[in-house]
This record gives sequence, C-alpha cells and structure tokens, in this order.
Amino acid sequence: MKRLLPLFAMLLLLGSARAATPLPGDSVYNLPVQLTDQDGRRQTLAERRGRPQLVTMFYTSCQMVCPMIIDSLRLTRNALDPATRAQVDLLAVSFDPAKDDVTTLKNYAEKRKLDPRIWTLARAEPAQVRQLSGVLGLQYRQLPDGEFNHSSELILLDADGRIAARTARIGKLDPEFVEAIHQLVAHPHD
Amino acid sequence: MRVRLALALLGLMLALPAGAADYAALPGGRFASVLPADGKVAPAQVAPFRLRTEPVTNAEFLAFVKAHPQWRRDRVAAILADRRYLSHWADAETLGGEALPRQPVTRISWFAAQAYCESEGARLPSWYEWEYAAAADASRRDARSDPAWRENLLAWYSRPSNAPLPDIGGAPNAYGVRDITRPVWEWVDDFNALLVASDSRDQNDPDVLKFCGAGAISLQEKENYAVLMRIAMLSALKAADTTNNMGFRCAKPQ
Repeated sequence: MKRLLPLFAMLLLLGSARAATPLPGDSVYNLPVQLTDQDGRRQTLAERRGRPQLVTMFYTSCQMVCPMIIDSLRLTRNALDPATRAQVDLLAVSFDPAKDDVTTLKNYAEKRKLDPRIWTLARAEPAQVRQLSGVLGLQYRQLPDGEFNHSSELILLDADGRIAARTARIGKLDPEFVEAIHQLVAHPHD
Repeated sequence: MRVRLALALLGLMLALPAGAADYAALPGGRFASVLPADGKVAPAQVAPFRLRTEPVTNAEFLAFVKAHPQWRRDRVAAILADRRYLSHWADAETLGGEALPRQPVTRISWFAAQAYCESEGARLPSWYEWEYAAAADASRRDARSDPAWRENLLAWYSRPSNAPLPDIGGAPNAYGVRDITRPVWEWVDDFNALLVASDSRDQNDPDVLKFCGAGAISLQEKENYAVLMRIAMLSALKAADTTNNMGFRCAKPQ
C-alpha cells in the first residue's frame, strides 16, 4: 500500500492537472456560456479548453457573407500542415438562436458537408450570444426583416482560451493568420 | 387564464427579494429613434417593458459584490472588467470617501452590469428602450423637439468629469424614471451593435468585406447630436471597459 501511495498521488495530479491550473484572466473561458451543438450535445464554452480553437460567429439563414465565413474557416484549416490541422478544433456560434435550433444547425452542417468530428456549429441563449460577441470583439445587430448586420472575423484561441490572432479577411486565405496558427501549435507557450 | 395569472404573480413574488429596486412600466410603441431600425428610415418598435426608476448605486453594487465575490475588483477576470473597474472604491468590499452609497456606481464594465441585472431578475435595457425612456421630460413622453430638453441633455457635457457625482434622486420624468440623462451615462445591452452597418461592405472586393447585411446606416434627427454622441461613445467601448461616468440601470419585460 505504501508503495502505491506515490502512484495514487501521481494519478491524482495527472487527472486534475488541467482543472487545477487556474484560467488566465484574459481567457474567454472565464465567461460562462452554455453551447448546444448540431447534434444537440450540450457543452460549456470552457469545456473546449485544452486545444487551440478557430472560432467565428455566423447564422445559417444568412445568404451573403456567412457562407463565405464558413468557406474561409474551411480554407484556413485546409491550408494548415496535417500535423497542425489535427491539433485545432473549429467552432461557429450562431448570432440567431431564435431561428438556429439544433435541427437547423444539423441541416446546415449536412448541406455544407461540415464533418461533425471537426466542426462544431453551436447555439446559445440570446443573452449569452451577446456576451460571447463581447469577449470575442464581434458586433451584430438584428434588423427588422430578421437579417443581421454583423462583423465577420475568424479568431484563433490558444489552448487556454486567450485570443492569439484574428483576421477580418473573409473569402480569401489570410496567410498571416495561417502562420499564426502554425506558430501557436508549434510553440504553445510563447 | 386565471391560473396562469396567479402563477405569474406567484413567480413575481418569489423573484423579488425584500427591498427590491423600483421599476416603472413603460408602454412602448413606435419610436422615431436617431438610429433607424433598418439602417435607413424605419422607426423602432419598442415592446412594453419596465425600467429601473434609478441607476444602480454604489451601495447596491457593493451588496451584489459581497454576494457574488467573483465580481470583486481583486477577483474579476481581466477579460470581463479592465483595471479601473471599481478603482474608486476604498477596497474590494469598502466604498470609502470617493464612492458614496447613494451615488450611481461607475467604473463598471458591461459584463459586470449585465451580471448585476441578472441578479435582480432583470437585464440591461436595449438602446431603443433607453432612448425611448430618455425622450421624456417631467410632463411629456416625447419632449425631444423642445430646445429645453436638448439643452438639458447637453448640460451634461459642461460638468467637469473630475467633479464628484451627485447622489441620485433627481426629479422623475413622465414615466417616473429618474436620473436617466444625468449624472451618468448608462450601458445598454446592445452597445456594440449600434453602428455595425458599415459602408465597408463592398461585394466587389472581398478583402474589405467586413460586415454582412444592409449597407451604410444613416443617422436620423441630426440636430439631436447630444443623443448621437452617446451612440458614438457606446460604440467606441469594449465590453470590459470601464469609465468614470458610465453607470447603468436594468430593465425587465412587462
């Protein structure tokens, strides 16, 4: 038993290592946000801690820029070398929780051929959508016809949820942003 | 129907702690905002709502911080409030001489204001709700065409920003709402949504394509620049920012 104790201690340490490290104050994971994804799975935003994330906000009924936001996210991921690509998750949160329910997100993901192992399309309650846009520095405004005006950006979060890079270049690859992702994955503690 | 009403009343009683803040009922309706709803000319539609009659005070915010220590200035996450958050208080749980109990609380981030309102079973008002409530004077619900109303709004700018804030308790407007244009500016829920529409959207050049949706927003009532300045100010802020003169009040559905 005595010999096992250090082993237990080590297991405990390993198991709690991530949870025990306090979140950096500038992490977006300090914001409590409850996400529900295209398969109806519930996850808090902070549960995405541990791996770098490419994050954006969009809505499915948007005809103009949003398809290009999704395209840009795909384009960016495809531009990564395979080792880096395997380290990064994609998250797109809807501005429009009233229309974008789980089924709508699911249909959209299927129509756009967004592999659920890579893509998380998510909704949150309206107040939390506004808060999330606040920490991410994105703006949106609903118009009387139900459409939204919104800023379109891709945001890179490090494993602890700090904003490491962002790009407003949509529809075209931003090489500097791609480089920032490579840098982050290669040197996560810089 | 009667059951539903009884349930609603019961819910209301349970939700209201003792000594709860006063809220005034505002009827809402079509409202000619300085910010057209469609970015062009459409009037805003304001649903009936209730608005806190007074801004949140230092004493009220102190009680909130004691009950929710994650909002103490020495514990709050940097991404939710900047370094000046509550920095005029004597310490994390003491107001001191620079922050009197009945003064409106300032140096508050949007996140902190939201969290406070949530603790009161409320939310921040939207810009339209705030603008609608602030359009009233002591006797009229929409006094904006009266030069006296405009001068009153502009008088705010002549007060030195380092002068101590007066206590709340000004005269009520036609809705029974006090201190809405003075002594502090107030956060609104959609502060970062007001000037989103931008003419930087140009479908021929995806490099500069920044915004989705309708084109350039056109501001109405240009002579009403005291209100437009508020929009410019709110739009310039980030959600974690705090300023000497930015406070808040909360709103609830009808």
